[in-house]
Amino acid sequence: MLKIKDLKASVDGKEILKGINLEVKAGEVHAIMGPNGSGKSTLASVLAGRADYEVTGGSVEFLGKNLLDLAPEERAGEGVFLAFQYPVEIPGVSNTNFLKTAVNEIRQYRKQEPLDSVTFLNIMKEKMKLVEIDQALLKRSLNEGFSGGEKKRNEIFQMAMLEPKLSILDETDSGLDIDALRIVANGVNKLKSKETASIVVTHYQRLLDYIVPDFVHVLYNGRIVKSGTKELAFELEEKGYDWIKNEVKAGSAV
Amino acid sequence: MSENIKILEEITSSEYKYGFETKIEADSAPKGLNEDIVKFISAKKNEPQWLLEWRLKAYRHWLTLTEPHWQNVNYPAINYQDIIYYSAPKPKVKLNSLDEIDPELKATFDKLGISLDEQKRLSGVAVDAVMDSVSVATTYKGKLAEQGIIFCSLSEAVQEHPELIKKYLGSVVPMTDNYFAALNSAVFSDGSFVYIPKGVRCPMELSTYFRINAANTGQFERTLIVAEDSSYVSYLEGCTAPMRDENQLHAAVVELIAMDNAEIKYSTVQNWYPGDKDGKGGIYNFVTKRGICSGVNSKISWTQVETGSSITWKYPSVILKGDNSIGEFYSVAVTNNMQQADTGTKMIHIGKNTKSRIVSKGISAGKSQNSYRGLVEVMKRAENARNFSQCDSLLMGDKCGAHTFPYIEVKNNTATVEHEATTSKIGEDQIFYCNQRGIGTEAAVALIVNGYCKEVLNQLPMEFAVEAQKLLAISLEGSVG
Ligand SMILES: Nc1ncnc2c1ncn2[C@@H]1O[C@H](COP(=O)(O)OP(=O)(O)O)[C@@H](O)[C@H]1O
Ligand SMILES: [Mg+2]
Repeated sequence: MLKIKDLKASVDGKEILKGINLEVKAGEVHAIMGPNGSGKSTLASVLAGRADYEVTGGSVEFLGKNLLDLAPEERAGEGVFLAFQYPVEIPGVSNTNFLKTAVNEIRQYRKQEPLDSVTFLNIMKEKMKLVEIDQALLKRSLNEGFSGGEKKRNEIFQMAMLEPKLSILDETDSGLDIDALRIVANGVNKLKSKETASIVVTHYQRLLDYIVPDFVHVLYNGRIVKSGTKELAFELEEKGYDWIKNEVKAGSAV
Repeated sequence: MSENIKILEEITSSEYKYGFETKIEADSAPKGLNEDIVKFISAKKNEPQWLLEWRLKAYRHWLTLTEPHWQNVNYPAINYQDIIYYSAPKPKVKLNSLDEIDPELKATFDKLGISLDEQKRLSGVAVDAVMDSVSVATTYKGKLAEQGIIFCSLSEAVQEHPELIKKYLGSVVPMTDNYFAALNSAVFSDGSFVYIPKGVRCPMELSTYFRINAANTGQFERTLIVAEDSSYVSYLEGCTAPMRDENQLHAAVVELIAMDNAEIKYSTVQNWYPGDKDGKGGIYNFVTKRGICSGVNSKISWTQVETGSSITWKYPSVILKGDNSIGEFYSVAVTNNMQQADTGTKMIHIGKNTKSRIVSKGISAGKSQNSYRGLVEVMKRAENARNFSQCDSLLMGDKCGAHTFPYIEVKNNTATVEHEATTSKIGEDQIFYCNQRGIGTEAAVALIVNGYCKEVLNQLPMEFAVEAQKLLAISLEGSVG
């Protein structure tokens, strides 16, 4: 589904991604872990097409298309979804209105008829249950005054509504208490299918108790320095990142 | 500069969609202004002697004034002798009913989305259509008359209801009020007159649609609305003009009078031709709008969505004379490219327990300049007067300017006056967030801007809110930079 080859990217002339290689197949869940500042959000942003980041090398293929050629909204249309680490507030635009616009823009991209209000509201009701989101949040302005947890839950709700093929969750677990974490993880698990894939960015192992990854990668200093299965996450939890950093320094893990 | 900003800049250069000209024969005055022209206009309209004298008095007063330049706008000197002060589409035959309107005229208004066919109109909206200096049609007159409501062109009102016109014309905006009000009083052409009798709630939205068509012509309309005790009316005006390279002057006067327990809601969607990207052409929109809450518990509410004109200079105001009266001003002013706007309001608290509320949203894009100028004045006997003002500015790009000039004068210490102001930039983060959800940059800007203006747009009558939203999106097309 997604093939990232030797991807390099920089911001303001500073190289942040220094050659990422990663392949994600349909039905898989990949976890990306790593210390703060290692480039996890940058990778997510580059995949989503954020303009501040300049891709300086490598390629990204998504379902046979060159992802880097597409505008951010086209990537969304193709089925890429990013749950933001810091969701943005848009005053005066209701959550519902925003979602309806998004759903119909994406449908238009896919050459589908727009949803009428009734159908849209019915789908919304169904998905609301999935992430146990409060109806009141949907009437309010998008993310405005939402608590950290509400914003994250809202991201997963949007994901449920937009039914992406590839979901990238950037630290969706941070700022969530254990109950909220369970609800969010449940939502993600219920949306999982053979046709979809997820990349879950986190720096704690705890989310992976709920969303079980098929693969775990450690991103450090702009490179994936170690890959493994979920046992790697346990090992990281136990030994911390210093172990990885030392390995990198010793040159044994590149 | 990021990709988004570039896209946004490209979007703002969209074309004005109402810039066509109707080829129609017109009956015009020669260029220039003097007493003969004033007499010519008055004679064309078959006016009574008192009105001609009123015009001449205004004209003579105007001669003693100089054009004001305190507003935060710049434009080359206006040559008042180079303007045509009267132009009327020539009727082919005398009209007996709406069906006999010149098809060319009808087509013009159809093209603007204003159908003069009562059957085809949005039900619940009556329209007065004004082209250049005259009203060409008023719909639903008969139906309104059943309840004693008068809705007609001002010229017609002068003939049919001279006592009302004599009583109220110039009673809120005296002919001596300011330079442009004096000019308008001398040469005003047409406009609408609304009279709502005691206890009547006007059953439909009343609206006037102004169209400048002829070249080198000024538009000087006057609107007068009188709401008797315990009556209610919601009125809306819209306007467009052809694209022309030279600037055209529009100097209107609007007067509102609300008696005891009466309410007037006045909404404007102003979309005069704004000039081209480089600032060539466009309408100078110099307007005096004022209402008086003359009775107790009365209410006047101004809502304006200002997207057009190369220069806008207007301050719809409310004189809160009646005790417990309420004045409101809700405004969205969008400037793009080289447009300049200096707009705001005046709330004059005279009566006890009077309240005013000001919500102003300025949006500047391109190289435009957008100023809010407002005065809140609390007079000595205005016990417990209250005002709340919220003035927000949104900037798109770094070549435009937003300015706020709030003036507060309080002469009674029981008054509560609150003023809040914010300035923000449209966020690239917000746009990217929308993009990531499949919403393209143009649609994202429209969404964000509409959200930003929601409080004001919510004040518009339902039928027009959607139009206004589209208009906002169109005026900012190609402009976020
Ligand atoms: N817009 C930006 N401008 C400058 N530096 C940035 C920007 N975004 C990220 N960085 C830098 O890139 C590095 C990686 O950041 P990030 O991808 O957010 O890491 P992570 O998500 O793994 O914590 C950090 O050193 C950070 O300071
Ligand atoms: Mg991060």
